[in-house]
Amino acid sequence: MVSDRTNEAWLAALRGSPDPQAVTDLRDRLLRGLRYALKQHYSVTESDLEDFVQDALVRILDNVESFRGESMFTTWAQKIAIRAAFSELRRKRWANIRLQDLVPEGTENDDSAETSPFDWIASAEPTPEHHITQQSLRDVVAQVIRDELTDLQRQALVAVILHEMPIEEVARRMDTNRNALYKLLHDARQRLKLRLESQGVTVEDVLEDFGSE
Amino acid sequence: MISIEPKKLQHMVRDILSTQSIEIGCDTCYAQLDQFVELVLEGKDASVAMPLVSAHLDVCGACREEFEALLFALRSLSQQR
Repeated sequence: MVSDRTNEAWLAALRGSPDPQAVTDLRDRLLRGLRYALKQHYSVTESDLEDFVQDALVRILDNVESFRGESMFTTWAQKIAIRAAFSELRRKRWANIRLQDLVPEGTENDDSAETSPFDWIASAEPTPEHHITQQSLRDVVAQVIRDELTDLQRQALVAVILHEMPIEEVARRMDTNRNALYKLLHDARQRLKLRLESQGVTVEDVLEDFGSE
Repeated sequence: MISIEPKKLQHMVRDILSTQSIEIGCDTCYAQLDQFVELVLEGKDASVAMPLVSAHLDVCGACREEFEALLFALRSLSQQR
């Protein structure tokens, strides 16, 4: 049974030499939380869940002094358990995928090429009823991605946005971290936004051309 | 040659056009996520109280996935008690 400890009580019990009962209570709570969060939608076993919780407990006990008391301690701890679980799930799911597998060959800037290296965006099949406007938008997007972004930005954008590869997995493959990669992508989005706006593309156009959701 | 679904292209362009000059990164979002999720659980408008976290979750799929899982876990735990 999980006790209703205050934040202060949790901190007192877990600092220094942790109280075994408090660790057991926290472990039970994190395990139940992860079971709810993951069992329905992700392929995980009880053994996986226990591993995630063990990993989270180590992180929590190592970082207990960094808890700032801006939420319930158990919310903060569950957040850490969720992060530990997703980091491992993503690492396993994407283990055999290389960035080079996601980005077509010849995506570097090369104006001399006979065909645009981003023809693969422009050539995707549009839905028939919106053929012309979708196709023109595809052309514009392909053009600005080719012209405005560095190779690194382009590779990250394709992997994260088009292939939905988790940002931390892309970061790992680029020898950077999740936060730095987000900033790189933010810079890329800002550059693309300026170019698209200068060409008169608006959010309303996009919703209209593709049909709103 | 790979095929890009119209919806995916639409999402990409919409995300690009929604880009703000000031956005927080994944680390700042993560640091504030426990506060944000508690506001949601309390039924408060977290997007008004913490707009930068809310905006980050709109754009960052990995952080959003973790937020939704955390919210579901905490809701389920509170209902169980």
